[in-house]
Amino acid sequence: MGAGHSHQLYRPGDTLVHRLPPQCKLAAVAAFALVVVATPREWLWAFGIYAVLLGVVASAARVPPGFVLRRMMIELPFVVFAVALPFIGFGERVPFLGVTLSVEGLWAAWNILAKATLGVVASVLLAATTEPRLMLLGAQRLRLPPLLVQIAMFMLRYMDVIVDEMRRMRVARESRGFTARDVRHIPAVAKSAGALFIRSYERGERVHLAMLSRGYTGSMPVIQDLSASSRQWLTAGMLPGAALVVLLGTTLVNGGL
Amino acid sequence: MTASLEVRRLAYAYPDGTQALFGVDFEIARGERVALLGPNGAGKTTLVMHLNGILTPGHGTVTVAGLPVGKESLKEIRRRVGLVFQDPDDQLFMPTVREDVAFGPANLGLRGPELRRRVEEALDRVGMLEAIDRPPHHLSFGQRRRVAVATVLAMEPEILVLDEPSSNLDPASRRELAEILRGLDVTVLMVTHDLPYALELCERALVLSGGVIAADGPTAKILADSDLLAAHRLELPYGFALPRAEHSP
Amino acid sequence: MHVPDGFFNAAVSISAGAVAAVGVGICLRGARKELDDKTAPMAGLVAAFIFAVQMLNFPVAAGTSGHLLGGTLAAILVGPYTAVLCVAVVLLVQGFFFADGGLTALGVNITLMGIVAVLAGWAVFRLVTSRARGRGTVVAGAFVAALVSVPVSAISFALLFWIGGTAPIEVGTVAMAMGGVHVLIGIGEGLITAVTVSTVLAVRPDLVYGARGLAAPLVLRGADGAATTVDTAPKAAAPRRIGWFLPAGVLVAALLAGIVSFYASSSPDGLERVAEDKGFSGQAGDHALGDQPLADYGEVGGIPVGVAGLVGVGVTLAVGGGLFFAVRRRNQGEPRDDSAKDEVTA
Repeated sequence: MGAGHSHQLYRPGDTLVHRLPPQCKLAAVAAFALVVVATPREWLWAFGIYAVLLGVVASAARVPPGFVLRRMMIELPFVVFAVALPFIGFGERVPFLGVTLSVEGLWAAWNILAKATLGVVASVLLAATTEPRLMLLGAQRLRLPPLLVQIAMFMLRYMDVIVDEMRRMRVARESRGFTARDVRHIPAVAKSAGALFIRSYERGERVHLAMLSRGYTGSMPVIQDLSASSRQWLTAGMLPGAALVVLLGTTLVNGGL
Repeated sequence: MTASLEVRRLAYAYPDGTQALFGVDFEIARGERVALLGPNGAGKTTLVMHLNGILTPGHGTVTVAGLPVGKESLKEIRRRVGLVFQDPDDQLFMPTVREDVAFGPANLGLRGPELRRRVEEALDRVGMLEAIDRPPHHLSFGQRRRVAVATVLAMEPEILVLDEPSSNLDPASRRELAEILRGLDVTVLMVTHDLPYALELCERALVLSGGVIAADGPTAKILADSDLLAAHRLELPYGFALPRAEHSP
Repeated sequence: MHVPDGFFNAAVSISAGAVAAVGVGICLRGARKELDDKTAPMAGLVAAFIFAVQMLNFPVAAGTSGHLLGGTLAAILVGPYTAVLCVAVVLLVQGFFFADGGLTALGVNITLMGIVAVLAGWAVFRLVTSRARGRGTVVAGAFVAALVSVPVSAISFALLFWIGGTAPIEVGTVAMAMGGVHVLIGIGEGLITAVTVSTVLAVRPDLVYGARGLAAPLVLRGADGAATTVDTAPKAAAPRRIGWFLPAGVLVAALLAGIVSFYASSSPDGLERVAEDKGFSGQAGDHALGDQPLADYGEVGGIPVGVAGLVGVGVTLAVGGGLFFAVRRRNQGEPRDDSAKDEVTA
C-alpha cells in the first residue's frame, strides 16, 4: 500500500547512464524486469548475476548504495507479505526453530522478494538517472499515447503545487487545534479534500485559458529532438541482453542435462 | 495610425444570465500604458477575457490593431494580445522555463534556431535568461511572474495585458517588475487594484465600474479625485495622497 | 496495493498489460469527446489531486492505516473515462518516478486500481442514484460506491493471483484476507469520498459529474400563466463505449493469456519443476483447489493449458462486467422521464 510521496528520485548527473536517451533506458528496464519475472525461482545463481548487473549499472551511474537502499523501503509491505508466506503456505512442511514452515511458502517468499527487489532496484536506477519530463518524452517515443503523456506532464508540473496547498490546509487545521487521530476525524480531513479538488479543478480551467491564450489547439508542440542512435540502443540493451543470455543459457544447460 | 486596442459598446452576459458588461467603450493608442482600475466584481476579468477571444461578445466589438476579434481571426488575435495571468503558476504549465516560453511561438509554427532566438530574447528582456533550464516551481514568486511576462513577450504581441501584476510581490520584486515593464516597447493594459503602482507605470487610467467605463483620464488626475474613487470603492493606501488637480474633469 | 514485480507470472503481467492498454485507449477517446482540448490540463490537474489525496492516511483499525485510492472519487467528480485516465497516469508516474509498483506489474496495477475500481465504483454509484434524485442520494451513492469498489478490486487481485500468482496460498484465503481488510479500508474510502463529494456539491455543484442531473430546471412562463419546467442540465449519461470495452477487453486478454500461457507451459514453471525434482508432485495436489480442473494452471484434468488461461481471464473480467451490465439493464428498464415534467402552478 505505498502511500504517496513527494520526493522524486531524480539525481542530476552526467554519466554514461544519465546521457542515454530516456526511451532506451525505459525499454531496457522494462525488458530486464520481464526477464527477471520470467526466470524460474530456483535458479538462485541467475538472480545473483542479475544483482551484479544492477550493481554495475549503479556504479556506472554513480548512484550510491545507501540511496538505493533507502528507496527500497517502498517494498516493505510486500516483504511483510512474503515473510508470512512460509507460515500460511500449504504443501510439505519443514521444521525450523520449533515451528513448521511450508517449503513452497519459502520458495514463494524467496521468489517474490528476489524479483520485487530486482525490479525496484532497476526502477530506482531508472528514476535516479532520468529527468522526469525526458522520461515522459521517451515514453512517448515508445508509442505511449501523446494525450496520456500530456496528462502526465501536467500532473508532474502541478503535483508539488497541489501537495503544497494540501499541506497549507493541514497547517491551517492544526493551528486551530485539530489533529486527525481516529475515524471520527475523517470528515474534517475529507472536507479539505473537497476544497482541494475545487482548487485543483479551477486551476485546471485557468491553465487551459492560459494555454488557449498562447495559441493551444489541442496538441503540444514538440520542440525537442530525442532521437537515439543505434549505438545508444546497444549500450542500453546490454542490461536486459546480459540478463537474457543468463536466462537462455541456463535454460539450454538445464535442457541438455 | 490604427489604435492598438479598440473596444466598442461591449456587452456580455454569462450563460447563467448574470450580465457583467453593459457597453464598454475605450481605445488605446500604440505605445500607451493604461491602467484598468475597478472594484471587485466590476467586470475587469470578463473584459480581459474578451480581449483575446476567450469569451465572445454578446454585443459590440473588440479590435486589435485593426483586426476584429472573431472566430476566423482567433489565432492571429491570440498572438497579438499577450495575456499575463494573475497566478504565474497558472501561466507556467510546462516542465521547464525554456519549454514554457517556447510554447506560444511554437504554436505559431516557429522551430529550430528562430524559436531558440525568440525564447532567449524574451527571457533576456525580463532578466531571467540564466533560469532558462530550470523548472518553474523552483523559482521565487517574483521570478515566476517575470517568466510569465516573458512567455507572452516571446509571441511579440501588439499589446500586453497584465492581470494584477503587482499582487503577492515583495517590494523589491515589485520595483524590478516595474522597471522591466517601463523598459518594454509595447502597448500595455494593466488591470489592478494597486493604485500607486498604476500611478507609477501608467500615464492614463480607466475606471471600470458596474460593467461600464466610469472614468477615463490621466492617472494622476483620477487618483486625486477622492469622490470618484469613493464612488467606485477604490482607495489609496494609508498616508498616500495626491494634490487635487486644478481643473476638474 | 502497488503490486511489485514478481508477484504475478509473465503471462498474467502481459495480458493484464493488454487489458490496461485497451481500456486506457478507450478512455482516452471518451475523455477527449467529453473534455475536448481541455482533456490534458483538466485530467492532469485531477491526477495531481488524486496523487495528493492518496497521501491522506486514515486509521482503519488499531495499528493499521489505509490511504485513499481515489478511483471512485474521481469517477463521481469528473466522470469514469477521465477517472480511469487519471488513476492510470498516477500509477504510471508512481512507477516511473518513484519506483512504486513494478514496471511489469503496471498493467496489473492499472487494471485493478484504475479500470476495475473505477468501473465497479461508477456502476454502484449509478445503481444507487438511478433510483432517486437529490443531493443526499448522490452522497449516499458515493459512500456505497467507494466502499464497494475497494473490496471488488481486492478480490479481483485475489482472482488474478489464483490465475497467475507466484505464492502457494489458497485463493479462498487470499480472497478472504484481501476482501476482509479491504472492506475496512473501503469504509474509510467511502467516508472520505462521500464527504469530499458533499463538500464539492455544496460549493460548486456544477463540478460534480455524477450530479449533473441535479441542476434546478429552468422555468418557462406562458401567456396564460402556466409554467413549464425544462430540464436543461446534461445527464450524467452512462458511458456507452464502456459497453463494448468489456467484451473487447475480455477477448484481447483471453487471446493473450491463451497464447502466452501456451508457450509458458511448454517448460514447466518453477513450482511444478520443484515438485517433480523433489518427487513429491503427488502431494502437490492436496490443497483445496487441487481437485478442481484449473488449479495448476495447466495440465490437470486433461484441460489444455491455453484453455485454462482463457477461463481464468474470463472469470476475472466477469466480476466487473457482470456488475456493469446489471446496472445498465436496470437503467434502461427505468427510463427517467422527468426531463420535461409539466407542472401547473396557480
